[in-house]
Amino acid sequence: MSSTSQPLETWLARFDTQTALLNGHAVGPVQAMRRNAIARFSSAGFPTMRDEEWRFTNPGPVANFTFHMEEPPSLTEEQLGLLGLNDPGTHRIVVVNGRIAAEHSSVGTLPQGATVTGLAAALASDPAGVAELLAGYPEYQTDQFVDLNTAFFTDGLFLRLANDVVLDAPVHVLYVSSSEGEEGSSNHPRSLVVLGRNAQATVIEEYVGLGSGRRFTNPMTEIVLAEGAHLNHIRVQNEGEHGVHVGSLLARQDRSSTLKQFTVSFGGPLVRNNTCSILNGEGAHATMDGVALARGTETVDNHTTLDHAVANCTSHELYKSILSERGHAVFSGRIIVRQDAQKTDSKQSNRTLLLSDEATIDAKPQLEIFADDVKCTHGATIGQLDDEQMFYLRSRGIPVDEARAILTYAFAEELIEQVQLPALREHLERLLEARLVA
Amino acid sequence: MTNSPILDIRNLHAEVEGKKILKGINLTINPGEVHAIMGPNGSGKSTLAGVLAGRSAYEVTEGEVLYLGENLLEMDPEERAQKGVFLAFQYPVELPGVNSTYFLKAALNARRKAQGEEELDAADFLALMREKMKVIEVGEDLLKRSVNEGFSGGEKKRNEIFQMAVLEPTLALLDETDSGLDIDALRTVSDGVNRLRSASNAMIVVTHYQRLLNHIVPDRVHVLSGGRIIKSGGKELALELEAQGYDWVKEHAAVQE
Repeated sequence: MSSTSQPLETWLARFDTQTALLNGHAVGPVQAMRRNAIARFSSAGFPTMRDEEWRFTNPGPVANFTFHMEEPPSLTEEQLGLLGLNDPGTHRIVVVNGRIAAEHSSVGTLPQGATVTGLAAALASDPAGVAELLAGYPEYQTDQFVDLNTAFFTDGLFLRLANDVVLDAPVHVLYVSSSEGEEGSSNHPRSLVVLGRNAQATVIEEYVGLGSGRRFTNPMTEIVLAEGAHLNHIRVQNEGEHGVHVGSLLARQDRSSTLKQFTVSFGGPLVRNNTCSILNGEGAHATMDGVALARGTETVDNHTTLDHAVANCTSHELYKSILSERGHAVFSGRIIVRQDAQKTDSKQSNRTLLLSDEATIDAKPQLEIFADDVKCTHGATIGQLDDEQMFYLRSRGIPVDEARAILTYAFAEELIEQVQLPALREHLERLLEARLVA
Repeated sequence: MTNSPILDIRNLHAEVEGKKILKGINLTINPGEVHAIMGPNGSGKSTLAGVLAGRSAYEVTEGEVLYLGENLLEMDPEERAQKGVFLAFQYPVELPGVNSTYFLKAALNARRKAQGEEELDAADFLALMREKMKVIEVGEDLLKRSVNEGFSGGEKKRNEIFQMAVLEPTLALLDETDSGLDIDALRTVSDGVNRLRSASNAMIVVTHYQRLLNHIVPDRVHVLSGGRIIKSGGKELALELEAQGYDWVKEHAAVQE
């Protein structure tokens, strides 16, 4: 527990003055949630490296600075095109500094029973109903940053599909975090994705940055999957050298539902993702994959939690890190298999490619198994580029630097080539190429 | 056309992890020639191919190698390849995530760039790939797959020859290309190699068994034993070896010395 510090006081003061401007009304369930959240945040304070959950990562870049809400700049279509995925085949919502930019957002024709809108709009039209869906995640999945988001969230995606509704076109949310001034700016987007029985959707949440000021993005995505629902969720982080990002994705899954989550992080001064799912119904499945790149003095910290609460669920994790210069990655993969979760089948794999002597990875698999008839495998490998593969490329005339880039790209490609949407796959491949050549 | 040798190996000594393998190899290869190197296991056959290709595991302790009149041993592996040396690996490695077309285009363009030629764009390269598929049959899907990934032993060997067809080397080193191949695969691979023989290039065919040399008929055969070439001859030498075995040649060579 940290003592009161100037940044913490600034956050508390900000809550008082700005909360009136937020979309939570003076009374009502959302405002109550916010007040509880800021109270918890106030008593806990920011974490330090003495806290188990932040053992490997210095929260300094966010804990030691003050941030204010910066008015979203107005952006051109061209600027947006350079920043993120451009796919006219998606329903697109653009969020700038936490506020939806209606002029750049366009949701096409939706099937009956599908709602794709901003969270603020959804709360405005049905405050009690939508508020009830919020924050249904278990207590142990929350932390100070979830509380910070609850206290300050402005807007984000609200996606709800009624039973049996299949959304063919993916939903793409582009979050732009912008800061120019001396003072840093923060934004707290919040998304809620609720799929009815057997409903299906693909959601892409992409975080990009603009401007040379300090920026802190603090997102929270909540996912609720009813029986038989299927969600593909891809999270792309590419906020640049000033982008501090600490956020969570918390999912809860009912029987036979499937979550396929893939996170691609292109590094930053501090990038920390908590990705959790609780498998609450038999036959549910969760895949959590990730690619993290860190160079310079960047840190990418992925903490995942897969909670097998009931029997006969399966989960699969593959996280890969590519680290160069003094880049630092953390992979903390927690798997909980509760007492009744017999016949759990869970596989966790973490692979790291070290491209320099100073790069570091902290890998911590954490298995908490309380049932006795389960299959849980986990493994971690840490290595450099394969000598024989390097020689093979060079023996065909490919120069050393190019050979290294080819093999490094190939390492990430194992996961990126599994992205089903061609436009997104190509977008990620271009981002990866640009990153490796630089 | 010049008559100077493509390859001139003089008194080559090499070792690996401190152990002496090559103990004074002398060999001259002229344009248009195919030389077979045969020998029992441990004789140094693969070491010779590896030294010429530039494997870092091998340390050359004495001697020199001139390739097209230049000092080969001073060149990095990629420089040797860019100047036209090609090694068909005995055990080609898999490159998951490396697209075959991308890889070959990068290799060919590296060679062309080094020779001062214009690089090929994607469309021209694809057309070239299709042309070369007439030299040796490889599946269409090869273009889309990762290099050697999931290939059987025979497919990997065929892929080596396909790469050779695309890169058009001046000196090809075929390192036990026949190992692991059944009779049909052997014929397919040999036909491909034969189509690539020309008056201006040369090949070193390293093999343990004579049967490959029925298909890829050499101009000269050299027997390697204990790190030295103990006997050289025409293609009939291979048949003699087949009939009499390596021990006979060793005795025969010792008697002659």
